[in-house]
Amino acid sequence: MIRIGDAPGVRRLLIGVALVLTALFLLLPLVAIFAQALMGGIDLYWQNLSDRYTLAAIGLTLLVTLLTVPINLVFGVFLAWLVTRFSFPGRRLLQTLIDIPFAVSPVVAGLVYLLLYGRNGWLGGWLDSYDIQIMFAWPGIVLVTIFVTCPFVARELIPLMQAQGAREEEAAVTLGASGWTIFRRVTLPKIRHALLYGAILTNARAVGEFGAVSVVAGAIRGQTNTLPLQVEQLYQDYNTVGAFTSASLLALLALLTLAAKAALEWRAARRESLA
Amino acid sequence: MIAATLRRQASRRVLPGFGLSLGVTLTFVSLILLLPLTSLVGQLSQLSLSQYWFLISDPRILASYRVTLLAAAVAALFNAAFGLLMAWVLVRYEFPGKRLVDALMDLPFALPTAVAGVTLATLYSSQGWVGRWLETLGLPIAYTWVGIALAMAFTSIPFVVRTVQPILEDLPSEVDEAAVTLGARDGHAFRRVILPHLWPALVTGTGLAFVRSLGEFGAVIFIAGGKPFETEITSLMIFVKLQEYDYAGAAAVASIVLATSLALLLLINLWQGRFIRRLHGGGA
Amino acid sequence: MSIRISQIDKTYGHKGSGRTRALAPIDLDIRDGELIGLLGPSGSGKTTLLRIVAGLEQADGGTIHFGEREVTQVHVRERRIGFVFQHYALFRHMSVFENVAFGLRALPRRQRPSNGEIRTRVMQLLEMVRLAAFAERYPAQLSGGQQQRVALARALALKPDVLLLDEPFGALDAKVRQELRRWLRHLHEELGFTSLFVTHDQEEALELSDRVVVMSNGRVEQIATPDTLYREPANRFVFEFLGDVNRLEGDVAEGRLTCGNASVSVPGVEPGRRELLLRPHEVHLAERSIPAAHLPVTVASIVPVGAEVRLELEADWLEEPWLASVSHAEFERLGIARGRRLFALPSRLHGFDAAGAQNVALPVG
Repeated sequence: MIRIGDAPGVRRLLIGVALVLTALFLLLPLVAIFAQALMGGIDLYWQNLSDRYTLAAIGLTLLVTLLTVPINLVFGVFLAWLVTRFSFPGRRLLQTLIDIPFAVSPVVAGLVYLLLYGRNGWLGGWLDSYDIQIMFAWPGIVLVTIFVTCPFVARELIPLMQAQGAREEEAAVTLGASGWTIFRRVTLPKIRHALLYGAILTNARAVGEFGAVSVVAGAIRGQTNTLPLQVEQLYQDYNTVGAFTSASLLALLALLTLAAKAALEWRAARRESLA
Repeated sequence: MIAATLRRQASRRVLPGFGLSLGVTLTFVSLILLLPLTSLVGQLSQLSLSQYWFLISDPRILASYRVTLLAAAVAALFNAAFGLLMAWVLVRYEFPGKRLVDALMDLPFALPTAVAGVTLATLYSSQGWVGRWLETLGLPIAYTWVGIALAMAFTSIPFVVRTVQPILEDLPSEVDEAAVTLGARDGHAFRRVILPHLWPALVTGTGLAFVRSLGEFGAVIFIAGGKPFETEITSLMIFVKLQEYDYAGAAAVASIVLATSLALLLLINLWQGRFIRRLHGGGA
Repeated sequence: MSIRISQIDKTYGHKGSGRTRALAPIDLDIRDGELIGLLGPSGSGKTTLLRIVAGLEQADGGTIHFGEREVTQVHVRERRIGFVFQHYALFRHMSVFENVAFGLRALPRRQRPSNGEIRTRVMQLLEMVRLAAFAERYPAQLSGGQQQRVALARALALKPDVLLLDEPFGALDAKVRQELRRWLRHLHEELGFTSLFVTHDQEEALELSDRVVVMSNGRVEQIATPDTLYREPANRFVFEFLGDVNRLEGDVAEGRLTCGNASVSVPGVEPGRRELLLRPHEVHLAERSIPAAHLPVTVASIVPVGAEVRLELEADWLEEPWLASVSHAEFERLGIARGRRLFALPSRLHGFDAAGAQNVALPVG
């Protein structure tokens, strides 16, 4: 088989350059995170990790993620079902709208929420009179995180469900199945992996969102600091080891995300080759 | 009338759940996406045109546009080259550790931007592993626009790789063979045959990387250092204005960032559509 | 340019893990200006052989000569071949004109013709394939048959010594395929290049080729003109691959084969248990048996197909029904209807064994 660029010299050169650049740009930062975190020894690492504020940040991050991921999963499924199974005026517009969070700078995302729910904002003033605070509190963090991560699930589902078509669901209707039964027994098994993948991506972004959250959180230590904000604060306090301790947790999660993604893709590829 | 049309169509729909999914989706989109965005429009409508112009053309803001555009352009161009190389190597060659390298390409999306930010700032600071070494060569990275470009490049690596890779995978081997049987050398065949096939994906990926870089915040601010007129990016300016409770100023600058990103996104989509039409027929 | 292939062989896979032999050592001589069809089922090695001749695959051993020039180790680029791919492999982003001009523009600067010369040459080629009006179109805007012609013009642009075509008409519908075949045949006669094409379609191979190479399992089964191939197949594989087959099994004694109440004279066939084969058009029908053949049959089904009528014939001495094709005139003369009892009269019978082929002609019809 003759293919372009298969001459041994060209091949070795390109692979070599690719590996060096990957090591420099991707591997080195990854190694640096753990190296910096463990610079003061394992004892200091544990001490930093069990710091009151760090634990609070971990707790808040978990809360935000636990609320964001299910909400976006449900929304993503409804949106994908709507867009791929029906045609109606404004369908394209809806699909474009949903991509806005990808294009918007996270700081701008935070800003629009601040304008809406802040003390001087449209809704903020009204809510304030009922003593409900959204900004500089966890509800605000959850809201901007939902905004920033809402396209992920739908983006995974829509191309897949479009490609699969509605034949099987239509067959289920002719057999008298109800809507919920169709979804649970026919659709869900086909989109399980894409759904899981969407959830993984949503999770990774929700845990790590920084720009939008830093605008609406107000950085109150122990109360509105998520893990990424904690990393920033410790870093600004010149507590490098502390900052990288929190960072190492986030990096570990990133590695788990990559592993889960690779595993899902590997399984999909294997199924394809078996079919 | 629209409601009537919708109802008429609904009665012909085979699958259930149209009303429910439309309701849920519209509620969500209105509350989460549209309502906050209208608050920006509301804030802006309180400004006169001259006030608006004054806010967005402040010299310090203008300098931030320049730095952001320059760094994002450099980052996007770097990624065009690096992404093309990685996609090519990952699709066309076999080598030990390939799966690992492939998985690593997604790291910038999985790693929180703030973590990337502090890590790059530490690595490239004048005491850092890489920065120390570059400093002796007279190449300071931290607190310069180069550092900003570096951070932007890092966070947008996956865009080009992941858009070009599937296209390259789907390119049938006959395309290579056809070029070679017609006597083309590798360089000629790559430029004239392979590259044009990858072009739409490459431009799309580079465009997306550029848009992402324009809005990047967390990864950039640590390595940028925030020297006025030199290393302040536009997102940081919005952030700073918010800290100073200058909501009008923040909203004005944000409107520029938002409009630019959306316009670019629209442009990428239109361009892509035109290209795809030519390759797949239709229109003379 | 003549092509001489000697002792070319090829094995796929690595040692130990399921090696498959794609080509047993193959010899093939193609004369200057010949149009040769490589015919065989999928997996017979025909495409591998074509790709080895092109230089797209490397053979494990053997040599290939184009004329006096040995090209075994010559890179595809320098082999001076034109290759037409199965799905044309046109460059989708280039206009028809640029596709055809590609090879000329890829020449090293010193040999490259001027833009004007390229233009003249490309338009000449497009005239030849009758697509001059489509020069500025893109491949996606052309029909399958038109794309095929562009691919051919592109392959001929560099005036190759040898034209190689991989399933050239495989992706086209029946009518376009017919037209293109005739057109390619004319073009070949007009330009006189040497060509080799791969096909799995017997009709295509027989209609188009000067000689056909029938292949199976990486071996050459027979090389012959279409006429010889059809009338005197070298072995059972060739016979069965080239068309529908009827079987007759029985005991031969004293030059006559007997099977139940049926019998037929087979002069020259060795005594013993024998299986003989014949084509549907070699089965004639009559109301009476003759001394040479007593083969009573019943008409089981009737299917008129264009100019002829296809019949399915059953008999208790047959394991599977025979197929026969008769003209409409014959059909009416005999008053054929379902259930009608008639006698089959074979005009030829073919026997194959390890020793070779035996073709018996019978005095009927």
